Amino acid sequence: MLYLIEQLLNGIQLGMLLFLLAAGLTLIFGIMDLVNLAHGSLYMIGAYFAATFAEWTGSFVLGAIFALVATLVVGMVLEVVAIRPLYGRTHLDHVLGTFGLLLFFNELVRLIWGPAGMTLSLPSQMLNAVQILPGLYYPVYRLVIIAVTLAVALLLYLLVMRTRLGMLIRAGASNREMVGALGVNIKLLYTLVFGLGAALAGFAGLMQAPILTVQIGMGENILIVAFVVVTIGGIGSIRGAFVAAVLVGLVDTVGRAFLPDLLHAYLSESASASLGRSLSSMMIYLVMALVLIVRPEGLFPAASK
Amino acid sequence: MNSPVESWRRSWLGSWFGPRAAINAVVLVILALVPVYAKLTGDPFAMTLFTRVVILAMAALSLNLIMGFGGMVSFGHAAYLGIGGYAVGILAKEGLGSGFVQWPVAVAASALYALVVGALSLRTRGVYFIMITLAFAQMIYYVAIGLDRYGGDDGLTIYRSSQFDGLIDLSNRTSFYYLCFALLLASIYLVWRIVNSRFGLVIQGARSNERRMLAIGFPTFRYKLACFVIAGALCGLAGALLANHTNFISPAMMHWTRSGDLIVMAVLGGMHAMFGPLIGALTFLLLEEGLSRVTDYPNLILGPLLLMVALYAHGGIDGLLGGARRG
Repeated sequence: MLYLIEQLLNGIQLGMLLFLLAAGLTLIFGIMDLVNLAHGSLYMIGAYFAATFAEWTGSFVLGAIFALVATLVVGMVLEVVAIRPLYGRTHLDHVLGTFGLLLFFNELVRLIWGPAGMTLSLPSQMLNAVQILPGLYYPVYRLVIIAVTLAVALLLYLLVMRTRLGMLIRAGASNREMVGALGVNIKLLYTLVFGLGAALAGFAGLMQAPILTVQIGMGENILIVAFVVVTIGGIGSIRGAFVAAVLVGLVDTVGRAFLPDLLHAYLSESASASLGRSLSSMMIYLVMALVLIVRPEGLFPAASK
Repeated sequence: MNSPVESWRRSWLGSWFGPRAAINAVVLVILALVPVYAKLTGDPFAMTLFTRVVILAMAALSLNLIMGFGGMVSFGHAAYLGIGGYAVGILAKEGLGSGFVQWPVAVAASALYALVVGALSLRTRGVYFIMITLAFAQMIYYVAIGLDRYGGDDGLTIYRSSQFDGLIDLSNRTSFYYLCFALLLASIYLVWRIVNSRFGLVIQGARSNERRMLAIGFPTFRYKLACFVIAGALCGLAGALLANHTNFISPAMMHWTRSGDLIVMAVLGGMHAMFGPLIGALTFLLLEEGLSRVTDYPNLILGPLLLMVALYAHGGIDGLLGGARRG
């Protein structure tokens, strides 16, 4: 039972991180109609920035703040230089162009930081585990991730639903031409949205950095998972992204934790371990395929939001 | 844009002369002479590189059949390379070395996978189609990682090429190269025949305006599914060739970035030209190889170059040569 609660918490933590990535992706998807394969690169760059700045300043929190700002700037510059001309083109052009950007960023990181990975160490008070239930100890840092990302999700919700900028963002998602015709500076709005998405991706990267190693290509696999989240949630829907992120996080983590044991009841140890491993990696894609077969436009189609 | 049918016919027959026909002819002559060059200079690496070009051109051609001409953007095409490759590898490991068994199994397995994926995916549209084909390819990728008996994550070395007793010896690299080349030419001919058949016209009609095709009584779903399966089978054959080329299979050959490479090749060459995927594969792989010889950071140049192609070269290289423009 305690193990189950621990795994559920892990699942929620993964889901929260996925939400940070997916929120930016779905905004960019929904508003600019852009398939952005380079989104995972911004996640990677956020992690590298955080590791570097934390080393310079000697402080995790300062490093994280600087990294966030730096990723925001990189995102906005990237939008102006390379992404803007891609708007209004076919999805295939997006795939080709942003695939090129992904190759470029991987190589750029290798040039600047070298092929070896980096580590980002946590302040000592975050290294401990606390007792959250009798007999259940849980790492402080993972709780911090959950709390901070929930706060970010709330802020994002307030930004999108309660501010003028958010109103424009929502309007841009449902009818771009109309917003432009009403005199809104669409170009600036797009740059801001892209920068916001980049900062969220960078934030996910830097929060994840102390748990994983910071390395080249770290954004590639998680990017695909973020796409799964966006697709399940319905492209352009932040609410959908949130629900889908928690769903995917839970399915992935709980699957990994319990499938091998479940299979062990029927199969030999080694067979159940390997089968369980690949089955649990496949689970989220199975969920996505099922969702799309039943609802071809995701759980929360943008048209009905 | 002109009617797609017209532009397709023209792209093949219309210009026997002109820059693109000249380029196509030059490329074919070069490909035919690669083994001669390798023999004269004693440079075996050229053979390795160009065998790869020819095999991946076949894969890109099969992708282009559904993507360029059927409008179905599949982002999971590397899965077929993997299925074809693993069919050869698994059978070889289990002691079934005959190519007469291995290759048909590779093609049939890929076709079956395409049938299932197509039947489920073709219900979705646009980006959702891109994403669901990607999702299925990821599943196959993780299946391969879970195959402990066949190397799991590390992959599997194939100690004996497919055996075609008395017919051809694949361990002879020159014969193998010419076999791949011949199969590529046969595939281009096959795709050309498909495109210009009644079946192909229905597929193109469905790309231009599916609702209208349905209204005049064509069950477009079945046509598109058949096209999807043909492409899958063709790419499965390319996978069997690839396994024989590298004598090694691993999940990495199905990583989603490999599917991205195939899309790049097809778009780079020009999706509306029969020789587009071949030109694209040749350009992409030679660029990759050439750049990595002159710099330690080839993708710093290759990446922005792809972005430039996406932005400015409508119709890829073929478009630059005056072929049909992408709509």
